[in-house]
Amino acid sequence: MSSRSPDFFDEMRASDGSIRPAYRQLAHWLDTVPKDVLDYRRKEAEFIFRRIGITFAVYGDAASTERLIPFDIIPRILNRGEWQKLSRGLEQRVKALNMYLSDAYHKREILRAGIVPEELIYGNPVFRPEMNGQAVPHDIYVMIAGIDVVRVDPDNFYVLEDNARVPSGVSYMLENREIMLRLFPELFIDHPVAPVDNYADELLATLKSVAPNNSSGDPTVVLMTPGIYNSAYYEHSFLADKLGCELVEGRDMFVKGDMLYMRTTEGPKRVDVIYRRVDDDFIDPLSFRPDSMLGVPGLMSVYQAGNVTLANAVGTGIADDKAVYSYMPDIIKFYLGEEPILKNVDTWRCREPDHLKYVLDNIEKLVVKEVHGSGGYGMLIGPAADKKTIENFAAKVKAAPEGFIAQPTLALSTCPTFVEEGIAPRHVDLRPFVLTGRDRTRIVPGGLTRVALSKGSLVVNSSQGGGTKDTWVLDR
Amino acid sequence: MLSRTASNLYWLSRYVERAECLARILDATYRLSALPQGYGSTTNEWDSAIATAGCVISFKEKYEEANERTVTEYLAFSTDNPSSIRNCLEIARTNARSVRTALTTEMWDAINSAWHELHHYDPKRITREEFTRFLNFVTETSVRFDGTSFRTMLRNDAYWFSRLGFLVERADATARILDVKYHVLLPREAQVGGPLDYFQWASILRSVSARTSYHWVYRDSVKPWLVADLLILNRQMPRSLASCYENINRYLDDLAQFYGRQGQAQRLARSITNKLENGKMEDIFQSGLHEFITQFLIDNNRVGNAIGDQYLI
Repeated sequence: MSSRSPDFFDEMRASDGSIRPAYRQLAHWLDTVPKDVLDYRRKEAEFIFRRIGITFAVYGDAASTERLIPFDIIPRILNRGEWQKLSRGLEQRVKALNMYLSDAYHKREILRAGIVPEELIYGNPVFRPEMNGQAVPHDIYVMIAGIDVVRVDPDNFYVLEDNARVPSGVSYMLENREIMLRLFPELFIDHPVAPVDNYADELLATLKSVAPNNSSGDPTVVLMTPGIYNSAYYEHSFLADKLGCELVEGRDMFVKGDMLYMRTTEGPKRVDVIYRRVDDDFIDPLSFRPDSMLGVPGLMSVYQAGNVTLANAVGTGIADDKAVYSYMPDIIKFYLGEEPILKNVDTWRCREPDHLKYVLDNIEKLVVKEVHGSGGYGMLIGPAADKKTIENFAAKVKAAPEGFIAQPTLALSTCPTFVEEGIAPRHVDLRPFVLTGRDRTRIVPGGLTRVALSKGSLVVNSSQGGGTKDTWVLDR
Repeated sequence: MLSRTASNLYWLSRYVERAECLARILDATYRLSALPQGYGSTTNEWDSAIATAGCVISFKEKYEEANERTVTEYLAFSTDNPSSIRNCLEIARTNARSVRTALTTEMWDAINSAWHELHHYDPKRITREEFTRFLNFVTETSVRFDGTSFRTMLRNDAYWFSRLGFLVERADATARILDVKYHVLLPREAQVGGPLDYFQWASILRSVSARTSYHWVYRDSVKPWLVADLLILNRQMPRSLASCYENINRYLDDLAQFYGRQGQAQRLARSITNKLENGKMEDIFQSGLHEFITQFLIDNNRVGNAIGDQYLI
């Protein structure tokens, strides 16, 4: 087995070469299992994934519209203590996100207190004036959040990014576990792995709990997808199946008398809750982009009349972009009066002149990101870029500094990963999913671990060649 | 269920069945065209194939002449032909992807693996031998899809819509074959073509994979009026118009009962079923086989539209 790199925190092997307790059995197993068995199982996993059609689309890649995300068969393990701390931190953070959104669209006490600048809300292109003073059912904005966290040492989790709009990836969390149970049943005998397969039930309970007050006793929940050409379509159909709800497109629904209906073989049926996987811009051509064919004309008026719940709410983008991110520790303190449990990565906001100067002076050491970018696009990793790329990027930053933030290059933790050269450490992150209902918050133990498969790479995004791993939370 | 889901299930089955029908037509045409000069009829078999597939006009826009190369290309692989086998399977998979939640894993697997395999055939380099394999692959795909639906689907509206699509398409395909070839099946015209028409009759049976069935049912040599009887009125024969309608009627009744109301689709289907159940071949020949078939194609189309209006939009 290759040795760990001394510069990074490896989750299996401590710096003195000893194996951390949570990984003890797995390390032993990795030492004894023949490599051709691993290789064979990996191929089997790939075959199964392709058969069941777990694919994603890469935009702008016409040649292969459907690709498989590489799956690494070595699980990533967290012990119970680590998970408990993480999940407390997640709950705290999402609670604050919801309070911030409610405040931002109503009283704006946080502006009066001078915690965040006004333009962070009003000047944000994803601020939705339609939501100004608009009540949302049960005052919950973000029912489904995906919080990207990384580790750099044994004690701390850092939040890299909040996803409060339409976070995806949960199907991989569920399918990866299914595959592992199928390929390596023996490992589950030695490891008390907390189950994740109740996620769909938790999600359904969450969605039903936020139905409008005037809906029937058993609210009708649907999952709204942009359609089969969306990169996450597989996940949409997978979740609808697990939820036992209809997978609808905009054209399946219509508005009549301030109510929302779907067209069924038995005639119109009222819809109470939409788990929508369609961005704000596309949900209603009458309110947002008029050229969108994906939405339902008039949906916003039903929403504004309080007759349908959208999960997540419209306008949550102002809580998860990379500019507001840097204020999150203050936002948590302001609303909850608590110290943040999860750390924030130091962030320079290029909108502020002294920060901009620092960023331009140190750009070759920093990761510079677009405030509204996602999926690993539109970012510069200073230490990995050549001079020309850095110069071009610096010019872009100078031209529109408010569109960028910068962070130090984080030494993401590594986990043992089965790659060409054998078992080697690769950098990982983690996206746990946080469900917020009227009754309570639900977090299934685990999440989606993404792994950068190329040696030394820090980019884990699937669109950039990253893979995934099953994530185990040990119940001991 | 969602109307779009019902619609996708219905069309998914239609397209899979259409792909198979095209494969069978191509197979029968190959056989017939491979006979020495003089055994077939005077007509160009490749023209008949295009006529049976119902795409004479669009074909003529693209090609000068119907021959093995052009017809194979157009019916099997062309992306310009919306109903080529390739497009049928592409559309079937697109439909299947949009209704993943309404399909069983086995059905999805049948369609998805077929779609992956489809891309292994290179239309530009395909040999005759490979083409035969391709046709087999298409038939097997349809059989597998059909078998998995039968074995794994819940017996509810999703199943009934899927069956209806399959049956309406099948009835249409059988009627089209009859529409193009009716002239060789007329009892009196049998002498005109002479015994050489035998290969035409055999070819019709082959295009609906009924050569063996014919002998089991009639225990007689191939006679044109019996071929017509088998394909139109014989309820033992799963591709006959009568059998298709017996089942269309049944599934529409299931739907009506399930939803607690019936409509135009049920009424139309019932009247066609009655006509076929009480029909006699002599009467059909008497009043004109061609007219009968033409009317059937119109009626069948109407049933399809009625199902669409009633449930799918």
